[in-house]
Amino acid sequence: MRPSPDASDPSQPLVEVQGLTRRFDVSSAWLTRVVRREDKRILSAVDEVSFQVNRGETYALVGESGSGKSTIAKMVVGLLPPSAGSVLIDGTDPARARGAAMSALRRRIQMIFQDPYASLNPRWRVADIIGEPIRTFGLASGAEVVKRVDALLEQVGLSAGDAGKYPHEFSGGQRQRIGIARALASEPELIVCDEPTSALDVSVQAQVLNLMRDLQRDLGLTYLFITHDLSVVRYMADTIGVLYLGKLVESAPREALFTRPAHPYTRMLLEAAPRLDGFGRVHETDGGEVPDPISPPSGCHYHPRCGYRTDRCDRDYPPVRALAASRVACFEAERVIEDGRASVPTTTA
Amino acid sequence: MAGDADSHAAGRAPGRAVSARATDDGEPLLSVSDLVVEIPTRHGTLRPVDRVSFTIRAGEILGVVGESGAGKSITGAAIIGLLDRPAHIAGGSVTLSGLRIDQLSERELRRVRGGRIGTVFQDPSTSLNPLKTIGDQLAETALAHLPITRHQARERALQSLVDVGIPAAAERLDAWPHQFSGGMRQRVVIALALIGEPELVIADEPTTALDVSVQAQVLTLLRRLCTERGVGVMLVTHDMGVIAETTDRVAVLYAGRVAEIGPTQRVLTDAAHPYTRGLMGSTPDTSPSRDIGDRLVQIPGAMPGLANIPTGCAFHPRCPSAMSICEQREPHTTELSDSAVRCWLHEDYP
Repeated sequence: MRPSPDASDPSQPLVEVQGLTRRFDVSSAWLTRVVRREDKRILSAVDEVSFQVNRGETYALVGESGSGKSTIAKMVVGLLPPSAGSVLIDGTDPARARGAAMSALRRRIQMIFQDPYASLNPRWRVADIIGEPIRTFGLASGAEVVKRVDALLEQVGLSAGDAGKYPHEFSGGQRQRIGIARALASEPELIVCDEPTSALDVSVQAQVLNLMRDLQRDLGLTYLFITHDLSVVRYMADTIGVLYLGKLVESAPREALFTRPAHPYTRMLLEAAPRLDGFGRVHETDGGEVPDPISPPSGCHYHPRCGYRTDRCDRDYPPVRALAASRVACFEAERVIEDGRASVPTTTA
Repeated sequence: MAGDADSHAAGRAPGRAVSARATDDGEPLLSVSDLVVEIPTRHGTLRPVDRVSFTIRAGEILGVVGESGAGKSITGAAIIGLLDRPAHIAGGSVTLSGLRIDQLSERELRRVRGGRIGTVFQDPSTSLNPLKTIGDQLAETALAHLPITRHQARERALQSLVDVGIPAAAERLDAWPHQFSGGMRQRVVIALALIGEPELVIADEPTTALDVSVQAQVLTLLRRLCTERGVGVMLVTHDMGVIAETTDRVAVLYAGRVAEIGPTQRVLTDAAHPYTRGLMGSTPDTSPSRDIGDRLVQIPGAMPGLANIPTGCAFHPRCPSAMSICEQREPHTTELSDSAVRCWLHEDYP
């Protein structure tokens, strides 16, 4: 894909992720390896992942533990360099940008973290926490900063009077609002949200999710939303990417994914998620668990758990292809789509 | 609350020792009545559990749901005598098959725990002893609570691993906890909870640490084993979806009090308490039949801290239907057709 000639062309996606890969060396120490005759152990946390995020939309990455979703988030904001592949934010690669270009990019990307207790400095007043990005990026100075902080606090549903308080004086939900206000302070275009509500109670989660949607509408924000929770995704996302062991197995618009999943893993996830009207429902799960990511199964990583598998599934990794509304990596996706969201065929071992 | 008697009668275990101990249909297995837990502090006495009452029948799963600070875990801890000092039971009673268990000595309690009441906690990696093999831990628990020999205990340990669906159980008996995945560990914890042939299992957020596909497996397993054996379950969770799919009845807790209790389907589809309605509306859902709509229902504010529980009905500052009486006086428990609710909307007031 060629880099866009006009960096701010609104028809171009804001984020383009191409062949993104991140490997971690998790081997024992050199001498231990020699003594125990071990090989190097390489963990492919993210493997050849490609997707794009359109301006003003929410792209959600969903996956269970070890799927690589947080690693992707870190690479998108430039906190972790990729082993291969690239991230382009409005045509600029955060892993390669230096100096003024990097600083300009940093202002345009912000992050909201999972734990509102760990992500705010307990020794700083709220005014300093939210004011720091404003000063750092030179967006305002002096009394202007104070005014801006007050406005931000009110925008996220707190009051200007809270500026002088410390983080410990707030509840979990209020702290997450402070985290959101800090993210908004640099007037960003892209906010990467890593499990922003999974530490919150459900009534507070609803407040924060509603707030995030209002802010998106009012400020034209673009969200990259990382979560394990399909129900939150259904409420927040325009497009959803499903990750399994570092691979993007399916990417589809929300309605398509929830009504006609194309990958057997997506289908199993939807089946396994508890439903508010699922009284006495008997789950037909595949009985499996996410395998060790250091030595994933051959071919398609999902094949040992898959009810649709055929002979070639353990030999070849299926290429990503477009099918109906989805982009899916499965040889048998036609059959999966046809079955819709009914019962999941279980493997008989 | 008599309407659901047949549902668990059908699940009564055939041919297990439990049937001899199980109580009559009329009498509940566990009866918690006006339970009060207090914590004395320098700034006054806190009440994390305030006159909580519920019953669990043999083979029935009661869900206890609420947000953090609702008092659901501490209620479970009070029942099995695991309250951390200085928290203590300050009133009410806990009766298990006719025996008061809230006033037992520590020595007597040790026989109840693991023997008559099994427990499953949230984090499977801290519930197992990392220095003992799975088989030893299971056999040790069986030996402590059942009149059997060492050899029989080991056989029971093996059978219990088979029952919870551990593949190649015979080879895994001498494995260590760290050699199991998270989901497999939680299966072992369930085996451990059931090996002493308890009448009641208290499961406190048993699947919160697990991935969604594994959660479904573990809950299905817990439900199947307990109904088959006629074991009553108190399932503590914050997840309304888990409540809907797993439990027979549900108690909704708010600020240490039971807001509403009744058959799960009835309470979730036709909630009588504004808090239950708010909880349902604020929970996003994946069910194809539920329209997600444009906005989630918001309950303003957050659960109050124990030191400043509002007067009258504790929910009134957040309640969309609050009246002046709600602030002044606490509502009583009102019996509806098959459920019970604590709310002035359902009570005649002076």
